[in-house]
Amino acid sequence: MCTSIVEIVSAEGAGKTGDGWIELTHSVVSYDHPHHALLEEAITIDFVNSALGPGARVAVELTLEAAKELSGALARAIIAAEIEEGARHRGG
Amino acid sequence: MAYEGMIAETISVNGDKHEPISAYVARPLGPGPFPGMVLIHHVPGWDEWYRETTRKFAHHGYATISHNLYHRFGEGKADDVAAKARAEGGVADDQMVGDTEGAVQWLRAQPWLNGKVGVFGTCSGGRQTFLFACKSKSINAAVELWGGRVVMSKEELTAKQPVAPIDFTAGLSCPLIGLFGNEDRSPTPEQVDLHEAELKKHGKNYEFHRYDGAGHGFFYYDRPAYRIEQALDGWKKVFAFLEKHLAVIAGQRLNNVHLDRRDRQRGGRRQDW
Repeated sequence: MCTSIVEIVSAEGAGKTGDGWIELTHSVVSYDHPHHALLEEAITIDFVNSALGPGARVAVELTLEAAKELSGALARAIIAAEIEEGARHRGG
Repeated sequence: MAYEGMIAETISVNGDKHEPISAYVARPLGPGPFPGMVLIHHVPGWDEWYRETTRKFAHHGYATISHNLYHRFGEGKADDVAAKARAEGGVADDQMVGDTEGAVQWLRAQPWLNGKVGVFGTCSGGRQTFLFACKSKSINAAVELWGGRVVMSKEELTAKQPVAPIDFTAGLSCPLIGLFGNEDRSPTPEQVDLHEAELKKHGKNYEFHRYDGAGHGFFYYDRPAYRIEQALDGWKKVFAFLEKHLAVIAGQRLNNVHLDRRDRQRGGRRQDW
């Protein structure tokens, strides 16, 4: 790759590919050349099952700005979800 | 009208450690002799652009092979395989050198080769082209297009890429042409300056061409980075350089090829290499 920006974390969940749903093992986030988006570089996110073949992948390519908005939305949703979970554990 | 034709197909060659890897080959029909080209694909993978460029070189009279550096990541669409390669840290430099040497040696074993072989690569393939030209003694010309990370910081070095290619400059074994966009960020103009200074320091045979109004990947007609004037001029410079160093003989380009009887009978069908 022409940048060395790549972050890989484990993932538990499922993603939908063109061939249907797959179990996920990892999320891969990078900033590199996109394949489809008409950008020189993009934040690319691949949700993959590394035990399966290369086609076991759910992919997005986002502008940096769109990725920041997504990151913010994820953070807000996670905070809200943790409050919800906390209330549930307290029997609320 | 002169007959013209080429054969283009996938084959298997012995890569690093004699492991078989896939490759795409295109060459003009006819007995040759043809100069050879090895194309090292870019980060987006062993994709349609590299298929087309393989045939472009064949159109210009070169027997050309583009080997699949991502073969070991599995079968699939080029973008999926490239994503898997990225997730696994890319290709090790040593393995790339072994795979590329396999492609060179496959060409050298063919009866229609004129004895000369060049290597061409863009993006990561540009970096790998330079690295290969420094580590191998088996080629006659190298075409490095916007090779990112020829210059690498210590933080960028990994187990798969343990040494910056610029540190191998003393070993460069053949003439080199480099094309770069002055708006590129990988490599930056400052990194190209360092690259050039090292070539000068070691007295290497090279020519660099730097284009204003162009960034990274300005040959890619299917991407927003495409810059038609710079790309057309760049292709002219690449082919002029290769004619000089790989000795394409006038009259052997595809549009003036003289076919032997076997090729005429074979037509477009698969042949045994």
